[in-house]
Amino acid sequence: MDKWEDNRAWWLVVPVFLIVAISAIIPLMTVVNYSVQDIFGPGQRVFVGTEWFKEVLTDRRLHEALGNQFLFSGLVLLIEIPLGVAIALAMPKQGWRASLCLVLLALPLLIPWNVIGTIWIIFTRPDIGLMGVAINGLGLEFDHTAAPLDAWVTVMLMEVWHWTPLVVLLAYAGLRAIPEAYFQAARIDGASAWATFRYIQLPKMRGVLTIAVLLRFMDSFLIYAEPFVLTGGGPGNATTFLSIHLVKMAVGQFDLGPAAAFSLIYFLIVLLFSWLFYQALQNVGTGDKR
Amino acid sequence: MINLEWMAWTAPTATFFITIGVILSAMTTWQLIAPSPPRRGFLPLTTTPGDRLFIGLLSSAYVHLGWLGFTDFSIWFALGISVIWLIVLMRWG
Repeated sequence: MDKWEDNRAWWLVVPVFLIVAISAIIPLMTVVNYSVQDIFGPGQRVFVGTEWFKEVLTDRRLHEALGNQFLFSGLVLLIEIPLGVAIALAMPKQGWRASLCLVLLALPLLIPWNVIGTIWIIFTRPDIGLMGVAINGLGLEFDHTAAPLDAWVTVMLMEVWHWTPLVVLLAYAGLRAIPEAYFQAARIDGASAWATFRYIQLPKMRGVLTIAVLLRFMDSFLIYAEPFVLTGGGPGNATTFLSIHLVKMAVGQFDLGPAAAFSLIYFLIVLLFSWLFYQALQNVGTGDKR
Repeated sequence: MINLEWMAWTAPTATFFITIGVILSAMTTWQLIAPSPPRRGFLPLTTTPGDRLFIGLLSSAYVHLGWLGFTDFSIWFALGISVIWLIVLMRWG
């Protein structure tokens, strides 16, 4: 009971609470207010109840964007996590080679997101881009501005190139933290490389990999700048993800009511998955203790 | 008086936020007076009353969205279901 008697430390949280209130809670409240009204301009608005929610929930373009988003985030996790672990396993353990690898791997993470899009526009151009010209040179038609599949391949390649290094760095840190005694024991028992990975390295990396999955899911779910610059959501709506669709609605068409309703649904999806991942993260390793 | 016109307040949204605010204040006061230890109910995880409130509110939001998306009945039914669900969750969750 002692810890409930002195709660003065909570006052230290007040500045954070005020900042969060101004930067997040008050805007969120405004979005909730907008979502139930038709906004024509300052002071000109009509209450419409749940009409926008109904409209947005039955909107075919939203379903398409949501499908694109889940497919994209799913593919991101399926490719980046195993690839990141594989690269981390193959990296040198120490010496200048390890340092060099780490620096090279960190480079894509340092480039601003909109610049990444521009780099890949040039890289994949069929007339002057290294990748575009090389693929067309093989006799394959490749144009990310015209073919949906090519656009998807390009966005995925860009995403994998940009963010796999983060998974590598996390997995590498996890691997380096495993005491050498585990590997000695494995060698004495005559464990194969696969058995060492399956029963020592993978369980020991569970914590960092959960963080990697969390970060990559959240980031990929909120992705905007790179595909916006690279494909603009096209061709057609092939690479229109949720955030691109939302910005088109709110800024492009100035449909503030539907955009607000859409934002709230987007927020609820992110909140649900954040909570699920948080629970998973909290329960990592608790199975061993029972 | 601060001008809140830019926030485009309406009576239903104001009622919604006031209700949430009252629930949070009441829960905080209740926990300060009589702290509840985390426990395990029918949910597959150990929860505090705060956790159960969060789960209840989040799931209620999805109940409302599902109601709007899949039925043409009045939204008040969804509110009724949510309130019952919230009470069940707080008591036995």
